[in-house]
Amino acid sequence: MKTGIVRFPGSCDEVDALEAASRVGEAVLLWHADRDLQGVDAVVVPGGFSYGDYLRPGAIARFSPVMEAVAAFAAEGGLVLGICNGFQVLCEAGLLPGALLPNTGLRFVCRQVECVVVNERTPFTRGCGAAERLSVPIKHTTGRYHAPEVVLEGMEAHGQIVLRYAPGRNPNGSERDIAGVCSEQGNVLGLMPHPEHAVDVLRGSDDGLRLFASMREHVDAARAVA
Amino acid sequence: MRARVLVRPKAGILDPQGKAVERALPALGFEGATNVRVGRLVELDVADPGDLPAMCEKLLANPLIEDYEIVA
Repeated sequence: MKTGIVRFPGSCDEVDALEAASRVGEAVLLWHADRDLQGVDAVVVPGGFSYGDYLRPGAIARFSPVMEAVAAFAAEGGLVLGICNGFQVLCEAGLLPGALLPNTGLRFVCRQVECVVVNERTPFTRGCGAAERLSVPIKHTTGRYHAPEVVLEGMEAHGQIVLRYAPGRNPNGSERDIAGVCSEQGNVLGLMPHPEHAVDVLRGSDDGLRLFASMREHVDAARAVA
Repeated sequence: MRARVLVRPKAGILDPQGKAVERALPALGFEGATNVRVGRLVELDVADPGDLPAMCEKLLANPLIEDYEIVA
């Protein structure tokens, strides 16, 4: 599997994402001004402060040339993983439902959290068990997931809520404790926790690697069929 | 033409910034301020004011979470 990691001006987690993706295959950086995705099998839109988070997080980044290519890639069923700021970008781009609002507590929250895998049948969680808990760090100010009630009901029905914060541990006021959601087709996932920072027990947890390994499994399985 | 766009958090969406300001006012001796909401003002010169609604829908506001008002 070849993974492309998008680098915007203001990205700051692209190197960790590159390193994490390198553990399950080949990984390259994709510059925001390029439309060429270099034949990758999966794209990661990483965390950071793309374009300074001016206006709203992700609002400007969604118009970058690379995002046009990422949207076309997602429309063809390509795997797209948005982490933190990347999640915000994917929501702004309309590739995922909903939006991220400032944390209820107004503070920047930086700590390890427990997430529950709510849907283990996505390309990103297929290597996880049902209701398995993952220990992954968060670090954000704008992570309160919001979508209109009727949209949330539809997402529940379609299995689009993929990760929730463990009961009683919602760090930002997200509706329904939502930590990560996927598109209706399941090939685009956005989450506020940072799996790319949790790929080695020396850093506290390697649970995040499960997502990258799942993507690898998915790509390999799709190739075996083709 | 000089235009102003006011962007506000949609009604019903929790605005923690507004809440923080609301709590700060009594601490300074200003009683009686309620329902504080904090939004954003965008000022711009536009050649065609007819473009403003589309600018708001596509970039200046996120219609899912924000309302906008164009003030000429």
